[in-house]
Amino acid sequence: MSSQSGGYYLPEPSRWPIVGSIGIFFLAFGAVLTMNAVAGGWYVVLVGALVMTYMLFGWFGAVIGESESGKYNEQVDVSFRWSMSWFIFSEVMFFAAFFGALFYMRVLSVPWLSDADTGSLLWDGFVASWPTDGPGVESKFTPMGAWGLPAINTSLLLTSGVTITVAHWALKEGRRGLLNWFMFLTIALGVVFLGLQVLEYIHGYRDLDLTLESGAYGATFYMLTGFHGFHVTLGTVMLIVIWLRGVKGHFKPEAHFGFEGVAWYWHFVDVVWLGLFIFVYWL
Amino acid sequence: MEAVHDHSHDHHVPTGIMRYVTTTNHKDIGSLYLWFSFMMFLVGGVMALVIRAELFQPGLQVVQPEFFNQMTTLHGLVMVFGAIMPAFVGFANWQIPMMIGAPDMAFPRMNNWSFWLLPPAGMLLLGSLLAPGGAGGVGWTMYAPLTIQQGMGMDMMIFAIHILGMSSIMGSINIITTILNMRAPGMTMMKMPLFVWTWLITAYLLVASMPVLAGAVTMTLTDRHFGTHFFNAAGGGDPVLYQHIFWFFGHPEVYIIAIPAFGVISEVIPTFSRKPLFGYPSMVYATGSIAILSFLVWAHHMYTVGMPVEAQLYYMFATMLIAIPTGVKVFNWVATMWKGSMSFETPMLFAQGFLFLFTIGGFTGLVLAVTPIDIQLHDTYYVVAHFHYVMVAGALFAAFAGVYYWLPKWIGKMYDEKLGKIHFWLSLTFFNITFFVQHFLGLAGMPRRIPDYALQFADWNMVSSIGAFGFGLSQVFFLYILLKAIRSGEKAPEKPWDGATTLEWTHLPTPAPYHSFETPPDLRN
Repeated sequence: MSSQSGGYYLPEPSRWPIVGSIGIFFLAFGAVLTMNAVAGGWYVVLVGALVMTYMLFGWFGAVIGESESGKYNEQVDVSFRWSMSWFIFSEVMFFAAFFGALFYMRVLSVPWLSDADTGSLLWDGFVASWPTDGPGVESKFTPMGAWGLPAINTSLLLTSGVTITVAHWALKEGRRGLLNWFMFLTIALGVVFLGLQVLEYIHGYRDLDLTLESGAYGATFYMLTGFHGFHVTLGTVMLIVIWLRGVKGHFKPEAHFGFEGVAWYWHFVDVVWLGLFIFVYWL
Repeated sequence: MEAVHDHSHDHHVPTGIMRYVTTTNHKDIGSLYLWFSFMMFLVGGVMALVIRAELFQPGLQVVQPEFFNQMTTLHGLVMVFGAIMPAFVGFANWQIPMMIGAPDMAFPRMNNWSFWLLPPAGMLLLGSLLAPGGAGGVGWTMYAPLTIQQGMGMDMMIFAIHILGMSSIMGSINIITTILNMRAPGMTMMKMPLFVWTWLITAYLLVASMPVLAGAVTMTLTDRHFGTHFFNAAGGGDPVLYQHIFWFFGHPEVYIIAIPAFGVISEVIPTFSRKPLFGYPSMVYATGSIAILSFLVWAHHMYTVGMPVEAQLYYMFATMLIAIPTGVKVFNWVATMWKGSMSFETPMLFAQGFLFLFTIGGFTGLVLAVTPIDIQLHDTYYVVAHFHYVMVAGALFAAFAGVYYWLPKWIGKMYDEKLGKIHFWLSLTFFNITFFVQHFLGLAGMPRRIPDYALQFADWNMVSSIGAFGFGLSQVFFLYILLKAIRSGEKAPEKPWDGATTLEWTHLPTPAPYHSFETPPDLRN
């Protein structure tokens, strides 16, 4: 039995961490095998993914159960807030690495390739510009324009930031119907965003000859938008969980950190997108 | 409440190995971290001895060059990520809740996962030796474009880094939250023991830098398998980009290793000087300054790759700036001892060894910060000597000091003082035989990470290899001291160190109970 020690909730021994470690080992090792074209690699990935899913259901289920049975006091709530904030900060730093790569290439390394010192030695006659696939890659791509799908996607995500705030307000006011509908709306906006992103990638690969292999621009474009899309996917799954919990009657107007944590994450995804829209698509 | 708690306790806590697999107790997890790190220390040590055996004489005798490269790579990665970092996380787990008057860490289950992510990562890292083509022979820094040309072992190493990064990020979020939110009433920030402060700052360094390393190895992975051109100039990328991203992580990483060591030393020196730490607030500010500066100096690792001269000047001066807060710390440690009533038990001996040798490592760092000198010394054994003074005589000696200092509190038994002192003198002597001579080799121009060398380097290399084997054996002796203390050590007195003032010594029995503070101690007034 877990103890309520000194007013702080201490969970009993748990098997979920070790399940997660086993899952992640299979996931990582399977990915290695698959990337090196070893037969059966996909099955290892699949096993890892299933074990991880089992762990996530079990672990989050346990936490939700403890939360709903009122085991978490105010101090635990503060702990959740600190930890979620710094987790999001670590995510920001992950994106910072890729934004850093983008700025470095755009501002420094690509111009260096056409300056008088190195340009004439390596690729004489290469003229630096952006977007570029570099001096040595044979491809003819068209850059992704900012004012078609990306602009629509920007408005979708910004709107979803508003709808989740309305849902939060409804939760605090005790208007559960409104909460559920606006959560549903937020999820719908996230899903439509992801659908449009898929269409954009198809457009890029099929019509614009823009691929991961299209040099510096292709790499930064797909890696930045791809990791962002992955985070939107995660955020949407989190929103769905919170939506279903809301429908089941979870959360109280004064205690609902599960909801707020997901909302913070969703706003973080939103802000990263604005950075992407400005620096990847627009400028 | 107490009775109910204990009763239920008996029924639900698994025993045997499952106790440690499922544990949510900070002490169990701390012990797991410490034993794991010691195992990895021995594994990484054997790799170092393979390197030193090959370098015992010029020419190729023991291993093939490819395997030599894999050994230098894995030795670095295993020691940094497998040995030193987990050792200090082990200290954090054991000590932070006891030192701030908390019942446990803020997130006990996540704490368990932070540890249990290490074995799968270790399996991938060491298992890469068995992959076709072996492990990546790229150096622990994993520079492109060499990493792009490696076999499957490289991918295993990349994923190992990812998992280690997850572990570190979760561990540090846990530490930050514990320190910010779990302190006993009256334990204000500026009353926290300095060890707790150093870990708070280290945890921030980890949260900010590990994701960047994840980004760097992810780009390596996509360059390897998915046709991106991050590190390929033909596509507009740049191999130097990798170095920038890596060292943006890599330089803070140096302080991730060093700062908790500062924390341990800041506990040990006052205890054995029987005086409070001199200049406590300046210690806190100096540690914070070092942490901030560590993010602003990364390119001093890259002076020779080509950089505008303005950038070289900036990185040179910014790097030398770090000597100021570091000097404040060394000054404060010395001032703590000034007119103190000093005694030299094993923890204090290791602290003195740390103080003297780490300062030498700091000074050689200052030498290497100077661009024109570094351009001469880059990638020579001078650099190897420099960072082993910081990592081994710095971080490792501090870890030894910490183990000897807190072992009585952890297990309730004393280590053999005479054997501990012998361990110190053996370590100190063999460390210097191994690494002091490497300064000469580096100044004479011997390059690092090469399995063969010109004849004029033969003598000092032989000396260094003899020292390395002596140092390795001294650590097996350390294992014996530990096992002897655990199995048949004398019962420790309640407070073996009369100068200790932190909560684990003043408010808890020896050995510390399984649940440290059932109710937080009230430290107001």
